[in-house]
Amino acid sequence: MTTTNTVATDTSVKLIDARGPRFGAVITTVVLAISLVTHSALLIALQLVVFAIGAFISPTKSPYSFLYKKFVKPRLSGDVPTEDVRPPQFAQLVGFLFAVTALGGSIAGSSAVFTVAVSFCLAAAFLNAAFDFCLGCQIYLLSKRLTHR
Amino acid sequence: MKSLLPLAIVLLLSAAFGFWFNASRGRIKGAKSAHQAAPALTEAELGTSFGSRVTLLQFSSAFCSPCRATRALLADVTADMPDVVHVDMDAESHLDLVNRLNIISTPTTLILNSRGVEVGRAIGAAKRSQVIDALAAIA
Repeated sequence: MTTTNTVATDTSVKLIDARGPRFGAVITTVVLAISLVTHSALLIALQLVVFAIGAFISPTKSPYSFLYKKFVKPRLSGDVPTEDVRPPQFAQLVGFLFAVTALGGSIAGSSAVFTVAVSFCLAAAFLNAAFDFCLGCQIYLLSKRLTHR
Repeated sequence: MKSLLPLAIVLLLSAAFGFWFNASRGRIKGAKSAHQAAPALTEAELGTSFGSRVTLLQFSSAFCSPCRATRALLADVTADMPDVVHVDMDAESHLDLVNRLNIISTPTTLILNSRGVEVGRAIGAAKRSQVIDALAAIA
């Protein structure tokens, strides 16, 4: 019956096409997979820039989003599934942190740090692409709880 | 070209996790010994009165797409049920409650009986048929 809403800012939420970030996750998965196999710091640096744009500007301003709008969206029909812009933006921030760690490891000459960081980043991107996995759902509240009191 | 092994390991583990995760999300699990348990929270903490039969207490957060879908689903399912109350609570601004009720991820939906005692919970996006069955099972 009654739905009492205590979720703040729900009315001011910016909605985006939910398929954009999912498409971006597919490309991210491929880029990270190649980077993991070839140990390419250059690819990680490029992916780092993409993550930074998604995290600090908007997921809709990322180069992968541009590709989606240019080449994929015109071929899709039917209703546009929308989602809040904040969950994918949070996921881009997590990706950014992994990519910074990987690049830092590479610069410091530690291939172990590079491999582990890229592996985690790839796992998250792959889960997002293949299973629509929501990273923010799993770790945001947990991080808040750990820093509470 | 280095080894393909790390890639194979990551994809295999992620895929296994993904299938397990999707299968387990939204499944409603019953609470143990609900008949003698204390209410999960007070009506003051809930911000409204308990439903005369059931209260669906959903915890949501900002960085959570399935929370919106779950909210719409539960609002729709309970729309013509005057004895069921659905409350969508922002987890981040109720961290004490979140700790006490051990909410780990969002969305998590608690099913409370008329006294506010937890009789079940679903972690992850709620599934319509399961919600309808769970609501029907509570007198």
